[in-house]
Amino acid sequence: MAIKITRKSDLKIGVPTASMPDIIFQLLIFFMVTTVLREYSGLQVSLPGAKKIEKLESKRNVSTIWIDRQNRIVCDDVTIKDIKELRTVAYNKLVEQPRLVMSLRVDKDADMGIVIDVHQELRRANTLKVNYSALQVL
Amino acid sequence: MALKKRQKEDVEIPSSSLADIAFLLLVFFLVCTTIDVDKGLRLVLPPMDVEDIEINKENITNILINDAGQVLLDNEEVSVRDIERIVREELSENDKLIISLKTTRGTKYDVYIAVLDQLKRANATRISIADPEES
Repeated sequence: MAIKITRKSDLKIGVPTASMPDIIFQLLIFFMVTTVLREYSGLQVSLPGAKKIEKLESKRNVSTIWIDRQNRIVCDDVTIKDIKELRTVAYNKLVEQPRLVMSLRVDKDADMGIVIDVHQELRRANTLKVNYSALQVL
Repeated sequence: MALKKRQKEDVEIPSSSLADIAFLLLVFFLVCTTIDVDKGLRLVLPPMDVEDIEINKENITNILINDAGQVLLDNEEVSVRDIERIVREELSENDKLIISLKTTRGTKYDVYIAVLDQLKRANATRISIADPEES
C-alpha cells in the first residue's frame, strides 16, 4: 500500500520585524528616563551593615557625602577641606533641589565626631533629610 | 517654449535605518544606566533654630553609646542585640516615647548604625539625635 505523504506546505518561519522599531523605541525611552548621567566616584569606604534598610526612592534628588576613615569629606564632586564649607555646598544643593536627601556614605571605622560635625553643618544648611547608606545583612 | 514638467521626487525620509539608529541610542543608554539604588537608614535631623521643647521625662528613653561601643539604655548597660526587644516593650507601653540617641565623639560609626538599626527594627519613629557633651 502506498502511503501518500503530503508535503507540508512551506510555512513562513521568521520573526516579524515590522514592529521592531517600535519595541526598540519603547526600550530606548525606558532607559532614557531611568538614566541619571551624573555619577561621582567619591571615596573608598566600606559601609556598615544593617537589617532594616530602606530604598531611596529616586536618584535624582540625592546628593552623596562620603567620609572615609582618614576623616576626609567629599560631597558629590566637591572635596570639603574645611567642614564649614559643607554648609554652603549643602545649601546650594538644597536650593536647586528642594526635596534633597543627603546620603551619607561613611566608613564603618570612622568616628562619630566627624559625623556629628557633618550633622551640625547639614542642620545649619537646613538639609534635614539624611540617609545612612548601609549594606543589607541577613 | 516647452516647459519641462518637473519630475515628482520622492520626498520621504528613509525609514529603513530608523531601527539601527534607535538601537545605537538604546545601547548608549543601556550602558549609562545604573539601576542599583542607594539603600540605607533614613533619618530626619532636627532643625537648627527651634526653641527647645519641654518633653515629659517619662516620654524619653536615653541611649548613650561610649567610645568603647558600650550601650547605656535608661542607665543600664545592655548589649546592642537586646535594644530592639527592650525598645519594643517600652513602645508598647508608651506610644509617645521619644528615643534620644547620644554618642561621644569617639564612638565608632559602626556601633551607631547598629543601634540605629535596632531602633528601626523596633519600629521606633521618634528618634532624636542629641549633641554630645563638650569635653
